[in-house]
Amino acid sequence: MLGIGLIKGLAETGRNFVGSYLDPDRLVTVEYPEERLPVKENFRQFPFLVFDGEKADIGLRCVACQICEKECPPQCIYIEKSKDKKPDHLGKPQFYPAVFDIDISVCMSCQICVEVCPFDAIKMDQQFELSTADRFRGLLLTRDRLAKPNSHFQAIHPRDAAEIDMRRVDERAKAEAKAKADAEAKAKQATAAAPGATKAVASTPKPAAAPANEGAIS
Amino acid sequence: MPSHGGATAKVPTEAGAPRGPDAYRLTAGDNEYDDGSLLEISMGPQHPSTHGVFRMDVVLDGETVVKLKPVFGYLHRNHEKIAESASYLAAMPYTDRLDYFCSLTNNWAYALAVEKLAGLQVPERAEFLRVITAELTRLQNHVCLAGFLMQDMGASGTPLMYGFREREKILDLFEALTGARMMCNYMRFGGCRCDTPPGWLEEVRKVVDRFPRFLDEFENLLSSNEILMARTQGIGVLTRDLAINAGITGPVLRSCGVDYDLRKVDGYGLYPKFQFRVPLGDHGDTYDRYMMRILEMRESLGILRQALDAIPEGPILDPKSKLRGFRPKPGEAYGRIEAPKGELGFYLISDGSPNPYRYRIRPPSLINLTVLEDLCLGHNVADTVTILGSIDIVLGEVDR
Repeated sequence: MLGIGLIKGLAETGRNFVGSYLDPDRLVTVEYPEERLPVKENFRQFPFLVFDGEKADIGLRCVACQICEKECPPQCIYIEKSKDKKPDHLGKPQFYPAVFDIDISVCMSCQICVEVCPFDAIKMDQQFELSTADRFRGLLLTRDRLAKPNSHFQAIHPRDAAEIDMRRVDERAKAEAKAKADAEAKAKQATAAAPGATKAVASTPKPAAAPANEGAIS
Repeated sequence: MPSHGGATAKVPTEAGAPRGPDAYRLTAGDNEYDDGSLLEISMGPQHPSTHGVFRMDVVLDGETVVKLKPVFGYLHRNHEKIAESASYLAAMPYTDRLDYFCSLTNNWAYALAVEKLAGLQVPERAEFLRVITAELTRLQNHVCLAGFLMQDMGASGTPLMYGFREREKILDLFEALTGARMMCNYMRFGGCRCDTPPGWLEEVRKVVDRFPRFLDEFENLLSSNEILMARTQGIGVLTRDLAINAGITGPVLRSCGVDYDLRKVDGYGLYPKFQFRVPLGDHGDTYDRYMMRILEMRESLGILRQALDAIPEGPILDPKSKLRGFRPKPGEAYGRIEAPKGELGFYLISDGSPNPYRYRIRPPSLINLTVLEDLCLGHNVADTVTILGSIDIVLGEVDR
């Protein structure tokens, strides 16, 4: 009979309407600014730069290798390498980014910079309420605005952060052990090779370099 | 008086008689429809029913379509050339933006082409993850398509919102796995980017278990609705021969009864391992195209259940694959998959450098769109909207 299909459909809308009062599966709306869904751990938004310790200009992990700048698909990263070097968490002198800009009006949050970074220096943020009235300077994130502490990274990506922190502790322990061993070997060499030779004494091995960013891995 | 310059010069014609000005003719100009019987209107590019920035030049006789010319290119963004000047990896996030409903299948097609080019092996767990994400993509694409089709027919809101409610659950899964709801950028050459977060597969199973209830409801709501049947049955009939000659693929082709599904024909990925049937239609009309999608969703759910039961533990990336300095050997490869809209293919030529020498996409939306005029001729102007909706185009893919 004509109309049966219509009535069946109408019954279905009726069931959905009534069901929306009873079944949370049928009423999925979230009243956004007041209510919020929990943010998923893998959720990614624009990148930020991780720094260790308290101060961004000392603890920045980025060594300005410019790999992310090259690999970025929409070319939204701009880096200028520093002239001088400063020690990284292993005590090795490294460059740092004098300028590090990300134009987030261009960035497409694809995470490729994060994947290619060999220093775990750039990570994806989860901040998504970024509206601004200044569409040029407000959307060009400079180094100071990009730098966020490791504790922020640990808070938003706990699984990744734990893994990376473990690895960095290992690396540092290894580097320290190696520096110690090197120093001992050199000292031994010096004492064995030159009894009375003054030159060897002059080249005292460097002490195991104390990293500037003490307490970096919290 | 002859109006053409130099017409007085006597040039012998075939018959030997001199040619007068009457011997010349002009091609049809802009005033082709000036006699008042026909009306040429431009639907789009801002028309809400054209699924994006798509324009149809429609010539109408009363309400009947006598000519239809699709006009597109408004969303062209030079995807292929950008990919040729960027590294292989850098093209991957751009593929998300082709068919922005189905970023994971786009990723897969591109990854498949590069894997063929570079000879990479995908670990089994990654293959399972690809099948799971691709079938979820198919579910949410078809659910949206059905919703939008009803919206085009004037069923404002209800079916579309029901569809979007289900799609949201699947997008939440994508977000938990890949970090983004639509621009997933998940597959890598030789595997996938990251393993599943804890409890993700259980979440997928929950969604898969609940989905049939929604499908039953959706079919109750619509499939036997008299208005839907009147608006779609016998409208926009695509013949089998035309479909094959025009290179139509996907559900549109299968709705005319051609058994051609790349999951069966090519057997890429792990699809030969799964039991599933391919729905086929007999009439090739809009209703058949709608039903193909509904039936395909049920088969996809079957594939998902089998995949969730069988997914093994293991690595998810070929150790030979590398992110930086990826240079495949010189050669060419064509990778194709059965995307929700049809055969999506990527053709790549490598010259051994870090970026592809040639990067070419075979977009299903564009090629399925070529028969639009044949489907619409003789129907009412309101039917062009439903026919276009049933072909299922996404302008991101048509224009690239």
